[in-house]
Amino acid sequence: MYKQIAFIIITIITLSIFLYSVSIIYKNIKLLKKAYPIKDHIKRLKMLLEIGIGQNKIMRFPLIGFLHALVFWGFLVILIGSLEMLIDGFLGTEKILAFLGTIYNILMALGDISAYVIGILIIVFLFRRFFLHIKRFSGIEMNHKNHVDASFALSLILLLMVSLALMNISYLKSSDEIVGQYPISKLVANVFSSSKQNMHVLYEISWWTHILLIFFFANYLPYSKHFHVFMSLPNVYLSRLTPYTQMTNMEAVTKEVKIMLDPNLAYANTNSNEPLEIARFGMKDIEDGTWKMYLDSLTCTQCGRCTSVCPANQTGKLLSPRKIVKNFRERITEKSKGLRKDAKFDDGKSLFKDYISAEELWACTTCNACVQECPVNIDHPSIILEMRRYIFMEESAAPSLLNSMSTNIENNGAPWQYPPSDRLKWAENLTININD
Amino acid sequence: MATKNIHVRTMLELNAEGKKAEYLFWVGSAGSYDDRAKKITRAFVKILESCNIDYAVLGQEETDSGDSAKRAGNEFLFQMQAMQNIEIMNSYEVKKIITCDPHDFNTIKNEYPELGGNYEILHHTQFINNLILQGKLKINDKVFSGNNITYHDPCYLGRGNGEYNAPRNVLKTLNCNIVEMERNKSRALCCGAGGAQMFKEAEKGNMEVFELRTIDALAVNPNIIATSCPFCMTMLTDGVKLKNKENEIRVLDIAEIIAESLGI
Repeated sequence: MYKQIAFIIITIITLSIFLYSVSIIYKNIKLLKKAYPIKDHIKRLKMLLEIGIGQNKIMRFPLIGFLHALVFWGFLVILIGSLEMLIDGFLGTEKILAFLGTIYNILMALGDISAYVIGILIIVFLFRRFFLHIKRFSGIEMNHKNHVDASFALSLILLLMVSLALMNISYLKSSDEIVGQYPISKLVANVFSSSKQNMHVLYEISWWTHILLIFFFANYLPYSKHFHVFMSLPNVYLSRLTPYTQMTNMEAVTKEVKIMLDPNLAYANTNSNEPLEIARFGMKDIEDGTWKMYLDSLTCTQCGRCTSVCPANQTGKLLSPRKIVKNFRERITEKSKGLRKDAKFDDGKSLFKDYISAEELWACTTCNACVQECPVNIDHPSIILEMRRYIFMEESAAPSLLNSMSTNIENNGAPWQYPPSDRLKWAENLTININD
Repeated sequence: MATKNIHVRTMLELNAEGKKAEYLFWVGSAGSYDDRAKKITRAFVKILESCNIDYAVLGQEETDSGDSAKRAGNEFLFQMQAMQNIEIMNSYEVKKIITCDPHDFNTIKNEYPELGGNYEILHHTQFINNLILQGKLKINDKVFSGNNITYHDPCYLGRGNGEYNAPRNVLKTLNCNIVEMERNKSRALCCGAGGAQMFKEAEKGNMEVFELRTIDALAVNPNIIATSCPFCMTMLTDGVKLKNKENEIRVLDIAEIIAESLGI
């Protein structure tokens, strides 16, 4: 009974903290601009199954991708066991899902195997992180804190798996009637030769350790790069369905351009209540960004695949797509507290300049290799291009050659200084050989 | 062998005669003004002529698609350009478009519809591939037989719009060895010219992107580097020159390779 009450209290505290974190994210989303309507749910479901559940994009790096997929799939199975623990804790029951029979046996067996597989893989990942020089784990944007965060998250998962394995082992050694199958723990249990009573104590300890770790992990994640555990599937589901190289057309600009091309429209529309003024063209700071950019930034786990394939980064330029996404989250974390209280809050800083420099933005070739490689469909160029819009249209501070290009297009309809009358010159003196 | 003059007709000319063309050949700014790209345009027109395709161009009524302006951040200019082009194309009731430029292909296909321009657009590699499949284009597989050809995927055609196979299928008909670079198709490295980079100095770095891509290509010992984008053409040609390989390796567009194989 005491156990049950303690459990319910701890769960309520955990959930409250988690809901608080989620509510902050929700409020932050409200501060941002709309991105696109979420339609085509069948397509999105398919994408979720292929990229999310099927893990097919992460497997573009085949070996490490497959290992990640094993961890992910194992995690899904273990999740069912965790749910059972939650219900058991609440109701004071033991192994409440046992009524599932054979299915239960399979789930528990897979969960048991997963615990060991994930445990071993996490050790491999930690070893890799500490002792193998993986280029994409470093970069100008990666600081000590990020490395600690990564190692801490991995260590937590390792502890989760160890406690789960111990739970299974001690359960096998202390129960008279065993429910479920635990193949690997059964093998390992042979090594343990302790009394039934001791094993029962170990079971209680590991059960509590495991569930408390889950509670801690869940509340640590919203403040960690490892939040991708929660965000990846929703982010994939909500990602852009249009071709990678398709840029959005700015609606506000469309209105103005239509008026410029046909001045009569300006008078025709004077009665409408729509505000013609928009706050700003492009993105200077996070509040000019969209909810999707924010979701992307929360989803990024800093794996660096984007940066590793970026042509600018590979040729020594300052741009790193991972930094762009990471900076967005850092900036919204910094500024949103003030913005939530006052929509006009200004701390004298901005995402552009204080976090991301013009040099980084102008290095992008919009090749979309970063988007192609991102296992969770983050759209880096959308942030870069939105900031270029700000630089060009609000600050008129684009590289001078791009200004000349624009002037040429305005004056002669071509990016170079050739007159429109020369447009068909290529067709002069054109002959074709005829084989008779 | 006899030669025949080609008169490229404009939509305006046809309209004056009360006629319409089945296809608009969208030449694009690079294809109209860039000396190297003009050769691609001419080669493609020869292919159109040899297959008796009913096409016309906009000529002086065509203006820049706005792709580069948009990617430089000048959305106003992009939309001005787009709306002018859409207005003129709609006035000629254009339904089908062909272009040799993956950037304009992408912009017209994906970004014009929202602004009122709805067309069926094909990239020239897709169009040539269709001509071959339909038996309208009889390939001569002698000329390039035995050549080592590597194909560089333009980002805006490949990753951007998912077309990796059409250009390769065209090359496959030539009895040549297609040697793939280590990074190809969706993993292909950019040439460095997209996103308005073509019109600006590269940012500070330790190498130009086109050099890195040229290294990729040289690694597979081709005697021809094929591509299908006027910007990629400029970059890779520069790269081959930089590596002093211009006497051994030719950089050619798929249209040029086909025109040359046909001897037209």
